[in-house]
Amino acid sequence: MTFLNYLINGLSLGSVYAIIALGYTMVYGIAKMLNFAHGDIIMVGAYIIYYSMTSFGIDPILSIVISMVLCTVLGVVIERVAYRPLRNASSSLAVLITAIGVSYLLQNTALLMFSANTKTFSSVVAIDPIKLFDGQLTISGEAIVTIAVCIVIMVGLTLFVNKTKAGQAMQAVSEDKGAAQLMGINVNGTIALTFAIGSALAAVAGALMCSTYPNLTPYTGTMPGIKAFVAAVFGGIGSIPGAMIGGLLIGIIEILGKAYISSQLADAIVFAVLIIVLLVKPTGILGKNIQEKV
Amino acid sequence: MAMLSIENLEVYYGAIHAIKGISFDVEEGEIIALIGANGAGKTTILHTITGLVPAKHGSIKFGGKELTKTPAHKIVSMGMAHVPEGRRVFAQLTVYENLMLGAYTRKDKAEIAESLETVFKRFPRLQERRNQSAGTLSGGEQQMLAMGRALMSKPSIILMDEPSMGLSPLYVSEIFDIIQEINKSGTTVLLVEQNAKKALSIANRAYVLETGKIVLSGDAKELANNDSVKKAYLGE
Repeated sequence: MTFLNYLINGLSLGSVYAIIALGYTMVYGIAKMLNFAHGDIIMVGAYIIYYSMTSFGIDPILSIVISMVLCTVLGVVIERVAYRPLRNASSSLAVLITAIGVSYLLQNTALLMFSANTKTFSSVVAIDPIKLFDGQLTISGEAIVTIAVCIVIMVGLTLFVNKTKAGQAMQAVSEDKGAAQLMGINVNGTIALTFAIGSALAAVAGALMCSTYPNLTPYTGTMPGIKAFVAAVFGGIGSIPGAMIGGLLIGIIEILGKAYISSQLADAIVFAVLIIVLLVKPTGILGKNIQEKV
Repeated sequence: MAMLSIENLEVYYGAIHAIKGISFDVEEGEIIALIGANGAGKTTILHTITGLVPAKHGSIKFGGKELTKTPAHKIVSMGMAHVPEGRRVFAQLTVYENLMLGAYTRKDKAEIAESLETVFKRFPRLQERRNQSAGTLSGGEQQMLAMGRALMSKPSIILMDEPSMGLSPLYVSEIFDIIQEINKSGTTVLLVEQNAKKALSIANRAYVLETGKIVLSGDAKELANNDSVKKAYLGE
């Protein structure tokens, strides 16, 4: 029964990683860049919800919506100001380094504005835990909501990418920007839309994560950001279902590692698994083996 | 007035002067061929017309509008489609999805369905492979898909870049027949080809390019009989 408990905790944490990983993987797929500031958007989103709820007394759901809107604006502005001018730069390192710079900029701005003191985030979830097997198995409301939200996002995004015109445009841009322009697709607009979606998802991830792990500091987004990046690579970067599977697996491995091996070594185990997977299958679990007929 | 008129066009790739002051016209209903060796600048000209590469000097007028200042993604809805070199179909997407992206700028669903039917009639093989991903098609089929995708925008002019490249002789003849059919049904064609013999056989007029300049131009039949053209491009 404790194993089941751990598994559910792992699924819940993994769902958060999966939602963050979706942002990484979509942006990578379309802009071919690693947006290392993505994790810090989570932190910004969580602070927005925190202040919206505590200072303004706004209800949690509305706070999340406000946070999603502001994070979307932030993500699009970052793309416009910091990344777009470098899109045609000769070295892809330029934009990578810029992303790291943006990450530190967000952290240090948060440090200035909110100080380094840990804020205690109050949960946005108001659902009672479910007790099963005479109370031996307890599933927290946070876990239920997190997993459910993750499933909804996954299904919604898959439908969006495959069934809508904007989603098809995204796929076209991610394959061939030039050919996409010849179809009449606005490449810059499509990339901005991808950043918008990724950042809105980061705000949701921030709300869910801080509801389960309530300590909020300017560095809150760093480690989950890195782990979600691992999850995206693990599942096959550029692949939406890959991000989902990668995120869930990383979450489960982390929690089980903490429970049965060592809580100090849990992170090391996560990264060790990544190394092993990449040695066996360098493109990740669902990574595309690009085969082109000429 | 010519449908497409290019004047004193100059294009640079970094420090390389790729196109050195080129002027030519395409009249409505024509097939115009641009021929020349590798690196003469044929592809660059097409890329500059559809906005993928910026022009340094000169003008490109299409239906009276200046294209050098128009963003690439706005050009297709003006009635100009471009079948790029190497076909560049979206390999991960299905044949159907590729074709629908060709109609990306169009709104009327009934008209789009009509165009799809026309394309399937012209390329029955695409209909057979409708739900297959484009990357699994053969080279000739990909060329057909690239052409079908361009036709889905209902263009008044279609730019074709090396449509015969890498295809078996059988496919080459088929593709050239199709180009003629497309032209007969009312679409103007600007054709870039290394296969000069084939290109001259279907074109009305042609321009011969050498290192970024037009060195010869005129009636396609006459050019096909020109001694220097024969020597340099027709291997006779």
